[in-house]
Amino acid sequence: MSDAVKLFKAPIRLEYTIPAGRATSRFCRGLASGRLYGQRCPECKKVNVPPRGACPTCGVPTEEEVLLPDSGTITTFCIINIAFAAQALELPYACASILLDGADSTLFHLIQEVPVAEIRMGMRVRAVWAENKLASLEAIRHFKPTGEPDALASIEGHF
Amino acid sequence: MRDVAVISFSQLLVDKAEANDAELVMPVVREALGRAGLQKQDIGFTCSGSSDFLTGMPFSFVGALDAVGPWPPIEESHVEMDGAWALYEAWVRLQHGDIDTALVYAFGRSTLGPIEDILALQLDPYYEAPMWPDATSLAALQARALLDSGRLSDSDKKKATAEPPKIVDGAAAVVLASGDRARKLCSRPAFISGIDHRIESHLLGVRDLSHSVSTEIAAKHAGCFEKSPTFAELHAPYSAQELILCDALKLDKQVTINPSGGAQNNNAVMVAGLIRIGEAATRVSNREADCALAHASSGPCLQQNLICMLEARA
Amino acid sequence: MSDVLTAPYVLEYTYKRSTGPIIGRFFSALRDRRIEGVRCKSGRVLVPPQECDPETGESLSEFVSVGPAGVVTTWAWEADPRPKHPLQTPFAWALIKLDGADTALLSVVDVPTESTMKSGLRVRPRWRAERIGEMRDIECFEVAT
Repeated sequence: MSDAVKLFKAPIRLEYTIPAGRATSRFCRGLASGRLYGQRCPECKKVNVPPRGACPTCGVPTEEEVLLPDSGTITTFCIINIAFAAQALELPYACASILLDGADSTLFHLIQEVPVAEIRMGMRVRAVWAENKLASLEAIRHFKPTGEPDALASIEGHF
Repeated sequence: MRDVAVISFSQLLVDKAEANDAELVMPVVREALGRAGLQKQDIGFTCSGSSDFLTGMPFSFVGALDAVGPWPPIEESHVEMDGAWALYEAWVRLQHGDIDTALVYAFGRSTLGPIEDILALQLDPYYEAPMWPDATSLAALQARALLDSGRLSDSDKKKATAEPPKIVDGAAAVVLASGDRARKLCSRPAFISGIDHRIESHLLGVRDLSHSVSTEIAAKHAGCFEKSPTFAELHAPYSAQELILCDALKLDKQVTINPSGGAQNNNAVMVAGLIRIGEAATRVSNREADCALAHASSGPCLQQNLICMLEARA
Repeated sequence: MSDVLTAPYVLEYTYKRSTGPIIGRFFSALRDRRIEGVRCKSGRVLVPPQECDPETGESLSEFVSVGPAGVVTTWAWEADPRPKHPLQTPFAWALIKLDGADTALLSVVDVPTESTMKSGLRVRPRWRAERIGEMRDIECFEVAT
């Protein structure tokens, strides 16, 4: 006589084909050609990157594409010390919110080529592009410090 | 109860959306606000209806909020249901009396994933979902129950089928306003004279599928049986369900059913119910009717039903 | 051609669900090739069993054996089964009221052709060879002879 049933397996697997949307598609095609495009809001004039086709502040369509440099400033970051199932990088490593020069919203990416203990808010960084650029944020392998002086003042209001 | 009216409506249906959620929602929100002569800062409360499972992305409704410009933070809520239930929540919110306007929107990109499997996830997870029955097969069980009931005329028997509806992507938006504000913003607001929704058991075998008891009770509480609607917009993706609803609502031949074409040819999942309310309200506002009925449904085999009565007032 | 990029995306959840005592007992009985319902105060027997009386909300705990045979109350033909379905050859979805039960159970009926199916058909369960205590321990129903 076996024990009473208390649990059963109820797996869910659903396969989708997701269209990226117009704004994200343009952004991803830019990445494949080594360029970072944001979109400027026609009302508040802020530049959002990655662009979503809508200004999250004003709720209006954003059409104007703005070519941005691949350099920026770290607004905030975290260091990953704990191993997890899909971990691809050697521990510890860091992720950061990066305010690209000329942008008003931040991009999330990896920070490498620097000891994690040296990573700080205000640190200046630049993209390291992959040789084979996919139409995704993986076209950028990571960001690395530029060695320029910190620019804490430039990230005011973007924490 | 405080008088609340639908003062504008916009919808967008596409065979297959290329837009992201925000891009899909934005045109209808802008059009509905524009028709009401309002800007986003004029809106007291925003409420949306959608299902994250349609795109497989948890919390996807948060991204769609970009379409309304939620910064500085707005007062907002979301239901993981058809937008008709978001409208119900907005109507309740307007009853508090401290705000005069509300924006309701719904969106669904139903063509991205395996819709039949996705809809199976709304079933009882212990006894029903493990067999992955699809919505159309369950609607066919309901059609058979109706045929076997012996209640149908020969002509209605031909309509008691469960042909799968055409699944489309879409979005819709409605602006609600209270009493005098509604009259100021709209030449002929469609006032909500009654609104109610009821749910039946999760388990199909507990229900009498040939009757929609929940529709009948919701209709009673929405005051449907004291009114004489010219039009009824019924959210019945399957034609057998339309017969069941007409029966529950005691609609006679005088009432025109689904002048918009209904949800059988354009089933935008999570949106089609809100569209029924918008369509019915539009017919009141443009003087085709003094009174119209809107119905929305959720869950398998008309599990949950909402009735909204709309009317013109002097 | 559209400029919009698309990508495949798989959503997978490896859920394990806890049954609670009522569903757990029902599943345990299935594992032993038995079907049990639960009796309400009104005398109605619910199959599959529920924790609470759907009419009064009272907690339920009085189990009764039902079936295993019963009758089809309504059905729908599945001509083109999908991989997730219980059978891979055409079958009928059905609500089945087991002998001694007052509510119907959703399951599938293995019959060779649609013309065999009718409401009122007597059916009995075909058990899965390896039963683990879940709904699909009933592989399907088949015509009772």
